[in-house]
Order: sequence, then structure tokens, then C-alpha cells
Amino acid sequence: MLNILWAAMMIIGVGWGMATGRMEAVTNGALDSAKEAVTLCITMLGVMSLWTGLMEVARQGKLIQKLTNLIAPFVNWMFPDVPNGHLAKEHITTNIIANILGLGWAATPAGLKAMESLQELNKKEEKGVQEHTTVASDAMCTLLILNISSLQLIPVNMIAYRAQYGSVNPAGIIGPAIIATLISTVVGIIFCKIMGRKR
Amino acid sequence: MNILLYISNMIIPLLIFYVIMHGILQKVHVYDVFVDGAKDGLKTVVEILPTLIGLMVAVGVLRASGFLDFLSQLLKSPSEAIGFPSDLIPMTLVRMFSSSAATGLVLDLFRTYGTDSLIGKIASISMSCTETIFYTMSVYFMAAKVTKTRYTLPGALLTTFVGVAASVVLANMM
Repeated sequence: MLNILWAAMMIIGVGWGMATGRMEAVTNGALDSAKEAVTLCITMLGVMSLWTGLMEVARQGKLIQKLTNLIAPFVNWMFPDVPNGHLAKEHITTNIIANILGLGWAATPAGLKAMESLQELNKKEEKGVQEHTTVASDAMCTLLILNISSLQLIPVNMIAYRAQYGSVNPAGIIGPAIIATLISTVVGIIFCKIMGRKR
Repeated sequence: MNILLYISNMIIPLLIFYVIMHGILQKVHVYDVFVDGAKDGLKTVVEILPTLIGLMVAVGVLRASGFLDFLSQLLKSPSEAIGFPSDLIPMTLVRMFSSSAATGLVLDLFRTYGTDSLIGKIASISMSCTETIFYTMSVYFMAAKVTKTRYTLPGALLTTFVGVAASVVLANMM
């Protein structure tokens, strides 16, 4: 899927640029984006390490376990294939809570860790030998769809931008935003449940 | 409004304070453990760097080629027919690829139409209830070394579509 998607983006981009005579812009777009990716990663290195370090402290202090227990009913229901006590559950919990609180910088590290642990569970059996597969598990699809459906309760960034651009009521979008987020998340959950069942 | 921003500024410092305080009370060697955990984060970032370069270059190429503008032009009349302002199409499309680029477009809309116009409101709400699909998917799946993503993309597109549709309805009710 990603192979096709990525190739399509590149080929359409270059082809379209050629047809419309924007090759110079395309060249700059490619080079600047590559640079931007590295800059982003360097920024992320600090944030990510700070976060994973902090979370390790929270884990050894049994803080994550408390949180995991708190939203366990929801996580267990959404991720029935992940065994209790598996590390993946802790990461999923942290990812969901960070998302709800709008801590994007914390949600991504936890999400990536969750994907890594989910991959440990994701094995196929071939000729009696278990090996890792490159096919996404139901739990992975669910985690992605939950993340993409957006769980953030209070859109702080948007409120700040609205204030900056002279809105009479910058925070007025909180209510509608919560409702819209809830609707899209519920639809995402229903979709995952239906797809996970038919296999 | 100010209280909200104040609270959101407090979350991170308080979180750090709470985690470390709690660790000390549980007799965790906080600094050793922190350094150990931080190494883990380093590894993950280094592993996703190639993904990020690949994806961001593809998005950059697609945007610079003007294809996204063409696509929004193409979608103009069908979207007006269902009551979706066509000025919001570029933002909605770009949102799926890049959060910062979409933010740039939203600020443009704020400048042109005002934050409290219908378009401003739809943009604010839909930015709040959607995510960057392609970025999230490629980075997450690369971390797991998964290439076959099964029903993730249809599900992601569905939730995004529902989120945008809900934004239009809710903004009209505000």
C-alpha cells in the first residue's frame, strides 16, 4: 500500500511538474523537503528522548500501570488480541492519553513504541516456524485509525491562532470540536470493530 | 480562553514534576533510569529518519508541482453542490499530508475571511478533529516494519471525511 502510494505521489508530482513547466519548483521542493525532514528529526531527537526517558521513570515508578488500569476496560475492548500485561498495552495507553490531552509530542513516541511491541505479537506460522510478518495486525490498524480519527479534546493550537487573528470568541470552537472529534472517533471505532470481525 | 492556555502551558511541567516526584517516592534511581529510557527514544528516531525523508520529499514534490491546486480546482463544482465551500478544499487535502502546511492555509483563510466567518469556523473545527493521515501511517508502520496496511487507509479516510462533514454541520449551527 505505502509502496504504491509513495510511488504515485512521486510520479504524479514529477509528471505534473513537467507538464506544467514547474520543474524548478519541484527540484527545490524535493531538496528543501529532504532538509526539512532532517531538521524535524533533530528536533524530534531531543523531545523523543526526553519523553521516553521520562516514561521509563514513570514505568519503574509503577505510574503507567496505574493509568493502564484506569482505562483498561476501553483498551481491552479495542485491542482484544493484545494479552494482558504485555508492554504494548502500556504504550497504547500512554499514546491514547497523550492524544486526549493534546500532547502531540508525547503521543508519537508512545505510538511508535506501541507499534514496535505490537509487531512482536504479530507473527505468522509457516511450516511450523513462527516468523514476523509484514502484514498489519488488527491491533495495528485499530491504533492507527484511533490516532487518525483524532482524540484531542481541546484544540489549543487552533484557539491560539484564532485569538491571534482577532476572533471575538477564540475558544468558542471547543464545544463543536469535541463533538466533531467524538463523532469521527466513534465512526472509526465502529469501522475497526466491523473489519476486525470479518478477517 | 486565557485559563485554557494557562492550563495547557502547565500540563508539561506539572507532568515532569509529578513523574519524577513519584519516581523518587517509589525509590527509583530516577536519573539512571531516565538516561536508559532516553537511549530508546534515540534509536526510534534514527530508525524513522529515512521514512520521514522519503515521505516529506514526496509531499514536497507533489505540492511544488501544483497538482494539489489542480485537484482542488477539479473538485470545486462537486463540492459546492453538496454545500462544502470550495475555498476549503486545498486545506482539507493538504491536511492529510502535512499539519504545518495545512496550518499555513488556515491562517490564510483567517486573514481572507476572518476567524468568525463560516469558512473560518469550519476550518477551525475540521483542523481540530482530523489528523495527518499519510504522515502518521508511514511513520507508525515503518516503526513496526509493516508494509501491508490492510484496512487502515480506508478507515482513516472514513474518519477524516466524517470529521470534516461534522465540522460543516456544526459550524452552520454555531
